[in-house]
Amino acid sequence: MTPQQLLYSTTHEWVRLETDPAGAKIATVGISAFALELLTDLVYVDLPEVGRQVTAGEPFGEIESVKAVSDLYSPVDGEITEVNTELADRLDTLGDDPYEAGWFVKIKISDESGLAGLLDHAAYQKQCEQETPNDQ
Amino acid sequence: MVDFAGWSMPQQYTSIIQEHVTSRTAVGMADISHMGRLRFEGPGAAVFLAELLTRRVGDLDLGQVRYSLVTNPQGGILDDVLVGFYHNEHGQPFYVLVVNAANRRKILGWVQAHLPPERAEAPGEEVICTDLTRLWAMFAIQGPRSVELLQPLIDVDLHLMKYYNGAQVRILHPAAQRQGGIITRTGYTGEDGFELSVGASVALGIWEAIMEIGRPLGIVPTGIGARDTLRLEAGMPLYGHELSEGINPFQAGLGYVCYLVGYDFPGRDALKVLERQPLDKTRIGLELAGRRVARQGCDILAEGHKIGRITSGSHSPTLNRPIAMGYVPPEFAQPGTELQIDVRGRFEPARVVKLPFYRRSRKGNHK
Repeated sequence: MTPQQLLYSTTHEWVRLETDPAGAKIATVGISAFALELLTDLVYVDLPEVGRQVTAGEPFGEIESVKAVSDLYSPVDGEITEVNTELADRLDTLGDDPYEAGWFVKIKISDESGLAGLLDHAAYQKQCEQETPNDQ
Repeated sequence: MVDFAGWSMPQQYTSIIQEHVTSRTAVGMADISHMGRLRFEGPGAAVFLAELLTRRVGDLDLGQVRYSLVTNPQGGILDDVLVGFYHNEHGQPFYVLVVNAANRRKILGWVQAHLPPERAEAPGEEVICTDLTRLWAMFAIQGPRSVELLQPLIDVDLHLMKYYNGAQVRILHPAAQRQGGIITRTGYTGEDGFELSVGASVALGIWEAIMEIGRPLGIVPTGIGARDTLRLEAGMPLYGHELSEGINPFQAGLGYVCYLVGYDFPGRDALKVLERQPLDKTRIGLELAGRRVARQGCDILAEGHKIGRITSGSHSPTLNRPIAMGYVPPEFAQPGTELQIDVRGRFEPARVVKLPFYRRSRKGNHK
């Protein structure tokens, strides 16, 4: 899947929607190249345990750069089913492949109504343009 | 870009870690034109400065630079400064006081209040203070290759310039348009390096000339992000973090820059009293066991009880772990003491370590 086919939250998480063999909707979540570019110099990521319940708009972890720490917000309601445990050791190359190898967690969605609040690629691009610091 | 005391400054050019590492292994250059620079001249200048600074001024050798503090009447730290003594091209003496950007107006206010015309113009004891901050740019060129980089541009032998010494020099490049500058072997990184002040009108050309000459040496421009991680590793205090009016020099570990038997600077009598009192808190360095970074304002705990507060913290690129400075009562300041830091609600184990966190290997002939 290309970045154009993903959904995005206003807090810069991307979401890839798939249906597992049992018919459940699974959201794979990461953070966008735009957000990684702004963060730079990542030093730490804190991800939840498998099984944890998450709520759309609420923090599920944190990501820390030399400059500052930022919360990671869940884009959907559901339960954590998988965590990318390799991420912590490859933070310095996260920016090389943020949309495939750079996934953070998989969430089994419990309530699909929240998906309506996510942005498509075009709308997200527009938001990023507005947030781009004017000196860069 | 970020706002820093009213100056718009780059947080980083590319990556804080890369700029940091390059400053340790090759050479980096930062634009530090935000630093306040005040020139004092006239036969009364040395005495006037001695009545402002916590340290002696009159005994400075030509070219010598000295770290000093400015304190308030209660002995709290108003600023930390560098004072240097130079001769201009006509052989006339002057002092340059380098102050923190955020404190420039405070210091200028003090100078104006204590320099009425009858003092400034007293025959034979005149003092002229000029705020050069907006007229001069300032670059910090820091790293083991800084001598090699700058020598072709400077008309004095930089190999022979001692640490905390400087000179008024000619700049041997057409971009300088025959203007001179002041170069000092000083810095805020714990690395060998120089700070160079040049006229603002020629500063861009000189910056570009240094970047051009430095390219084969691996130079990178460095922002204030790397400036902060470099000074933190070097255990150097930063005004607004380790230093403030609520902190006295003895708590900050800077009692050695207070000369209490000389001129009556503001706070001298208060410091004489404080010097004899036991410390209620002292500045320490901490290394964290985990990866989460403790930042300014985090509480420091001993067995669950709050004992102090973090004043600066970041990831250390050299040690590849979080480091921090803060204040705790002296009984917890012994290196090896195990403490905890409340990082957003989670207690992170940390150990008191001796400052600085990083010390360069000294192979040069300076100091």
